[in-house]
Amino acid sequence: MLNDLVSRLQNLSGLLRANALLLVVSFSLFTAGAYAADSLPAESEMAWWVLPLALFFVCFLMGIVAVPSGVGGGVLFVPIVGGFFPFHLDFVRAAGLLVALASALSAGPMLLRGGLANLRLALPMALLASASSIAGAIMGLALPAATVQVALGITILGIVVLMLSAKKSEFPDVQRPDRLSAALSMNGIYHDGATGKNMPWQVHRTPLALLLFVGIGFLAGMFGMGAGWANVPVLNLLMGAPLKVSAGTSSFILSLVDSSAAWVYINKGAVLAVIAVPSVVGMMLGAMIGARLLHVLRASVVRRLVIFLLLFAGLRALLKGLGIWM
Amino acid sequence: MSQNFPEQQRYSTLLHWGSRSGLALLVASFAAYVTGLLPAHIPLEQLPQVWSLPSGQFIQQTGAPTGWGWLGRIGEGDYAAMLGIAWLSGCSLLPLLAVIPVYLSRRDRIFAAICAVEIAILLLAASGILAAH
Repeated sequence: MLNDLVSRLQNLSGLLRANALLLVVSFSLFTAGAYAADSLPAESEMAWWVLPLALFFVCFLMGIVAVPSGVGGGVLFVPIVGGFFPFHLDFVRAAGLLVALASALSAGPMLLRGGLANLRLALPMALLASASSIAGAIMGLALPAATVQVALGITILGIVVLMLSAKKSEFPDVQRPDRLSAALSMNGIYHDGATGKNMPWQVHRTPLALLLFVGIGFLAGMFGMGAGWANVPVLNLLMGAPLKVSAGTSSFILSLVDSSAAWVYINKGAVLAVIAVPSVVGMMLGAMIGARLLHVLRASVVRRLVIFLLLFAGLRALLKGLGIWM
Repeated sequence: MSQNFPEQQRYSTLLHWGSRSGLALLVASFAAYVTGLLPAHIPLEQLPQVWSLPSGQFIQQTGAPTGWGWLGRIGEGDYAAMLGIAWLSGCSLLPLLAVIPVYLSRRDRIFAAICAVEIAILLLAASGILAAH
């Protein structure tokens, strides 16, 4: 009885420490953003390394919350950095794509080896999404920054609604595959670690999903965001792939979609190493910490925090684009 | 272990080495840039005056290259750091190319064609032809 009580107290203490850390992370993200937006001296008076260093820390914090919340860092990066740092949105979007790309490339090999990313499910979707991401990137760079900010704000607020309303299904029941997915053999067997069972899966509604991936690729290229927030619901809820296969395959799809769009930004001269590299390294280091905290933090708490951050950043992007909150 | 295919193993191995070497290159070249080991085209101290400009104006004001022009200035720190970025953006090409023979050996022509078209899309994006307009 006493042992049980001590064990419960230890668990509670671990949980409190983790949640306190989370509170510090969220508070730091807010204050760092607000400080960068309002309080820093004119850029010309500042040492060149101050903002890249601040960017590294903000990305590190974003990386910590990105993994436990189940969203990629890319979706947090563009609205937060674009809203609160003085870098032009062109450079921020390019860096956002590279952040999402580096994360997807790092996770890709392990996901493929473990069978959580499925090439047969991913390749047809990635093909259309990567083609449309090029068009999105070209259009994003051609439009005025204020227009892109407004569209970004609206998209981020849409993502908030999606995150609040979308349900998840661990193993959706797909009675019959559609003709296209059957012809392409888009199916597999997933080993469920919890039950120890091999679960065969198949997908349906493939033509509609392909159409949606054209739109997802376009948004990813235009706003420089990873598109896991859209990939996973389409693969899981629409097509009926198991949740973990959807998440793994989504990450792999990003590695191809973001590569195509990143080349457009590189060729247009919109990649600044001094913005992109601290972002990539900070986010990846933060994600390592986030992955370690995965078992300690309450996913629902982190998810609520991320929704709140996105809501704030989305409103900021919208108001900045409209010239209301500069 | 979940169901797996030989093409996934091959893709995974090549992507692993491609992404790891790309990240190492990215960090090493950036370190050479910011420590001054390599000279910078745009002095680091002047960056805060230009990083808030739209990319078009930034290029006009700094004379920064577009397309593959950065490759000709690889001796300068700002463009040496681009090597890691370009490597990461292109490291999916080799795995895609490597799985085509696996699909063809199984007479899976559709997936071999999907990989070939994906390679063409990536090469088209990398070529700079589309971004030039």
